[in-house]
Amino acid sequence: MVRALCVASVLFLLAGCGGTSPDWNGRDVTGVLPDLRFELTEESERDVTASRYEGKPALVFFGWTNCPDVCPGTLRSIDKAIQSLPDGQQDEVNVLFISVDPERDTPRQLRSYTDGFGPQFIGLTGSQSQLSSLTKRLRATYGYGDSDEEGNYEVSHSMAIYGFDADGQARVMLESNRPTEDIAEDIERLLSLS
Amino acid sequence: MSWEGWLNALLPYEWSLLAIVFYVGLAVLYWRGAAVYRRQGEAPARWRSCVFWTGLVLGYVVMHTQFDYYAQFMFFMHRIQHLVLHHVAAFLIVLANPWQILAAGFPPGRVKQQLARWLASSPIQYLYRGLQYPPVAGFLFVGLVYLWLIPDVHFRAMLSHPLYLVMNWSMLLDGLLFWWLILDPRPQALRLAWRLVLLWFVTVLQLVVGAYIALSRSELYDIYALCGRAWPIDPQQDQVLGGILTWVPPGMMSALAVLLLIRRVMRNQVSSVAG
Repeated sequence: MVRALCVASVLFLLAGCGGTSPDWNGRDVTGVLPDLRFELTEESERDVTASRYEGKPALVFFGWTNCPDVCPGTLRSIDKAIQSLPDGQQDEVNVLFISVDPERDTPRQLRSYTDGFGPQFIGLTGSQSQLSSLTKRLRATYGYGDSDEEGNYEVSHSMAIYGFDADGQARVMLESNRPTEDIAEDIERLLSLS
Repeated sequence: MSWEGWLNALLPYEWSLLAIVFYVGLAVLYWRGAAVYRRQGEAPARWRSCVFWTGLVLGYVVMHTQFDYYAQFMFFMHRIQHLVLHHVAAFLIVLANPWQILAAGFPPGRVKQQLARWLASSPIQYLYRGLQYPPVAGFLFVGLVYLWLIPDVHFRAMLSHPLYLVMNWSMLLDGLLFWWLILDPRPQALRLAWRLVLLWFVTVLQLVVGAYIALSRSELYDIYALCGRAWPIDPQQDQVLGGILTWVPPGMMSALAVLLLIRRVMRNQVSSVAG
């Protein structure tokens, strides 16, 4: 509890002074959310940890490949935002699309899904315990609807795009329906922190 | 529900050593203390034990079971959690006036003596009297409700685990302090007029914030959309429900406290007339 009080006091002080944090379009979560840490399986079927993606800023989005609108719409916005960056910067960011529907989203399925977007997009998934440990860490949740006669079901998930800097530190949270320009500007801010 | 389902529902969403020490500690102390009193032929009244255990179990359930998961991902469930911590569990625990029983349950020895000395020390007594000075207690009680409902503060508290813990514990501890000030059975502890004024003050101000949330047309707490809700519910409906829960039940708890105080005064008058 004492530790929690200390951390909370520091958070309040940080919230008050603002420091050198850029003026984000999304919500500034510096010092509020923990750094990016996970153990998942990449679309290449390789088991990976978050450290593999350090060195470049990362955008993290939770979803599922059968998602009818939110996931493809969000990933398309991020793709367009990246394409609007200067040529030299476009490959300096990773987009981690983390499927919370491991039952249907195999690594192969994820690879064919992310192939529809730029080379910066990497599909990841994991066991329920790996996924829930990551979503718990990022204070997010996901869930499954009832199956229909053909076994199809809906998946509810977080609507946030999480922005991490090159060191894996959480910096910004953007609503998934943000205009492309807002996303592009925040990616540039993430890059400027590197 | 299967037994596995029940077990999962009762297991904490996030384990907290502090919650275990606090709730299990109080439970053990009360259990032992009640046994000591029973041996002396002065068993605590059944209603006292009943309200104490109900308050303790309610506090534990909203803080340290899967209820906490729903409270993190639904605004109206979060409001139920705070209603229970700040108004119901705290109210019931102090209504039982359990302090002497808890003290009797503490194993005798050096630790107990040191703890008693520490509690009686000047800094702790000054701090306690400062917090229990009626205007401070009233502002603190209602101020904490307002503080954690400021949209930006709420956003941070729901995202940062340490801040989330501070938020929930501050509600429970402040609830215990405030309701003890109101329900303390010793008439000389605080004049009845002060108690009634305090209850009126906190009720009106909570009514204002609850009504504002319930009637607001804009989405005040976007954190629940960003992090995902526990089940699909219209965000506006979630906010209206949360607002009503902040608005109506706290007023009912204050009304209940007023009734208890009036009953106590009437009983005292009857006993003094009889005497």
